[in-house]
Amino acid sequence: MNSVILQGATRLLVALILLFSVYMLLRGHNLPGGGFIAGLIASAAFILYALAWSMREAREALRISPVRLATVGALLSLGSAVPGALQANPPFTGLWLFLGGGDGEKGVPLSTVLLFDIGIYLAVLGSVLALFFTLEED
Amino acid sequence: MESALVIVIGVMTATGVYLMLASNLLCYLFGLILLSNAANLVIFVSGRLTRVVPPLIPKGLEAPPEPVANALPQAMILTAIVIGFGLLAFTLALVVGCYRELGTIDADHMRLAEPIDPDGEH
Amino acid sequence: MGWLLALPFLLPIAVGLLAFAARRTPPLARAISLIGCVGLLLVAGAIFVQVLAQGPVAAQMGNWPAPFGITLVADRLSAIMLLLVALVGASVAVFALADVDRHRETLGFQGFYQLLLAGVCGSFVTGDLFNLYVWFEVMLIASFALLVLGGDREQLDGGIKYVALNLVSTLLMLMAIGMIYGLTGTLNMAALHQALAEVEQPATLQLLAVLLIAAFGIKAALFPLYFWLPASYHVPPVAVTAVFAGLLTKVGVYALIRTFTLIFPADLGFTRELLLGAALLTMLSGVLGAASQYEFRRILAFHIISQIGFLVLGLALYSPLALAGTVFYMAHNIVAKTNLLLMSGTARRMAGSFDLLKIGGLYRASPLLAAVFFIAAFSLAGFPPLSGFWAKLLLVTASLDQAAYWVAATALVTGALTLFSMSKIWSEAFWKAHPQEPPQTLASLPAIERVQRMAPAVVLVLITLLLGLFPQPLIEFSQAAAAELLNPAGYVAVVLSPSE
Repeated sequence: MNSVILQGATRLLVALILLFSVYMLLRGHNLPGGGFIAGLIASAAFILYALAWSMREAREALRISPVRLATVGALLSLGSAVPGALQANPPFTGLWLFLGGGDGEKGVPLSTVLLFDIGIYLAVLGSVLALFFTLEED
Repeated sequence: MESALVIVIGVMTATGVYLMLASNLLCYLFGLILLSNAANLVIFVSGRLTRVVPPLIPKGLEAPPEPVANALPQAMILTAIVIGFGLLAFTLALVVGCYRELGTIDADHMRLAEPIDPDGEH
Repeated sequence: MGWLLALPFLLPIAVGLLAFAARRTPPLARAISLIGCVGLLLVAGAIFVQVLAQGPVAAQMGNWPAPFGITLVADRLSAIMLLLVALVGASVAVFALADVDRHRETLGFQGFYQLLLAGVCGSFVTGDLFNLYVWFEVMLIASFALLVLGGDREQLDGGIKYVALNLVSTLLMLMAIGMIYGLTGTLNMAALHQALAEVEQPATLQLLAVLLIAAFGIKAALFPLYFWLPASYHVPPVAVTAVFAGLLTKVGVYALIRTFTLIFPADLGFTRELLLGAALLTMLSGVLGAASQYEFRRILAFHIISQIGFLVLGLALYSPLALAGTVFYMAHNIVAKTNLLLMSGTARRMAGSFDLLKIGGLYRASPLLAAVFFIAAFSLAGFPPLSGFWAKLLLVTASLDQAAYWVAATALVTGALTLFSMSKIWSEAFWKAHPQEPPQTLASLPAIERVQRMAPAVVLVLITLLLGLFPQPLIEFSQAAAAELLNPAGYVAVVLSPSE
């Protein structure tokens, strides 16, 4: 497709959609959102990019092969079980670390749950794009 | 409300099964989509339909202050949708592959793996 | 405890992902996959020892108590199934080194293979109906990929039939799960054992039972739902067929056993008769299908179906002895069946075809291959003193105890027809001379390939022999497993008690 309007709008939209996907990813623990839906949103950004420009350019914009991205994401999710294992907790027990907390302030919460979600985000993004690219490219 | 949804499920299932009985693989695929969404709706209905708030606990409370929607069926449907999405995409890719390699999407004409012996020797 | 029960699926998933990431350098992917198989053997062995010592064990994922969280649980049946998966997984992984070509390896064979093992193991340790569905799907996706990997025209043709019918099965299962949840508000199998016993709607329960029989019946290749199996099992590489034959249909049988011993109350009216009829017809139609075939692998594929009949027969008879027979049969059949398929692959490598009319002379070419095939085949047919004899003896005795003489007669007729098919393979492929030139001898294959092909076969045949010559330990174990199945109080207590 070669439309100036679409291409112009895409430039703006892709950045916004990707930003929104990160927002959805981070708010996912306590509010609607999470790794899966954020991954779908992010893949929508790349699919839009592919429609406005071309498959090849979308692949280049991603910089890393989607299959590899999915593999890394899945490994990351699995790796989130490791900190729990080191403390002899049951598998996939959520562990939390509060950065800069104290005086009633909780600080920035970091957790194995977040790590798991980031892994899912990458896995979903990678596998959806892998599927889309394979089905679209003949 | 439940009974309306149950009728919808019934219609979707019937349509899905009808489509899946066709020998055209694309029809089969559409039937599969309908049937898998009917299955998701079954889970949705079995979680009971209530007009209540999302199952989120506000800050400072241990339990939700008022009745909330049942979150478990929604989690299950989400899982089922994700899995269904993956399987459908795979099946679609397979049908496309069949069309390219075998030149047909009519299941009745796919006899490569189980050839009919013309002279009945085997 | 939690970790030990989670490892049977966490380990293959991790190994599979790493092997998939390393797929473009096959030696590395192979090494990762083999290490994973050894690890799985150790894990399964550890679980087996633990279950043997203290009965059913359970763990809750993420520390969420049952019935809210995800429960993992292993009793004797799960433990022996895990051990068998690990054994078959390791044997076929070694065989696949020689059998699966480089092209398929670079497409990610090792990764999908491990994912398949993860799905199978996950099905055996989960204590939750919805998770069973999820593991079924994991297994299914991996098996789809393995089936069409490489993309021959025949593979696509067989693959589409496999995919089409198995997807119907998972949808039926999902609908049944939704309705069971609506009825009871839980999907934890131990909690369902209590909740469904209190449901006073026999018609609803029967409907759900029939839905689950249909869903698991398709998976298990039960009459009349087995048509996908002979249409697809002979198209992928032999290693893939072997692992499918050894494990996949058995997961369906396992799910049937769990459903009708644990989840549903003991008697629902007609379900047992339905299972019995299906089992007998499965036995007969499978073995008759095999008798009409002249292709090595397709004969074996039809025999898978007939043996599923025997496995379900024990469940349908529903006595301690019959269920013990099913457990014993499971162990015997998984080992012998996998081995026979491995043999068919080696036979083709040496003689050049699966078609029995085009091959021959294998006995002269390799007495070792012939001996391994002979023992595995006659064990399958139920010849004393091999393992299949004891398995059939238990089932036939159980049916005679219930004065079900025609059941016993059907089992014996099926055994005789199995013998006919196996003798056909023996005389055509091994005994008669090769119609064209004599087959390659085993000794002429490269040394590494010889070891990769024959070592797993020899290990499996030794197990068949051991089970045949010293059946007592396994019979006692099977009886203990059957007792656990018939009285799931211990299983339920260990899942629902807030321990740890």
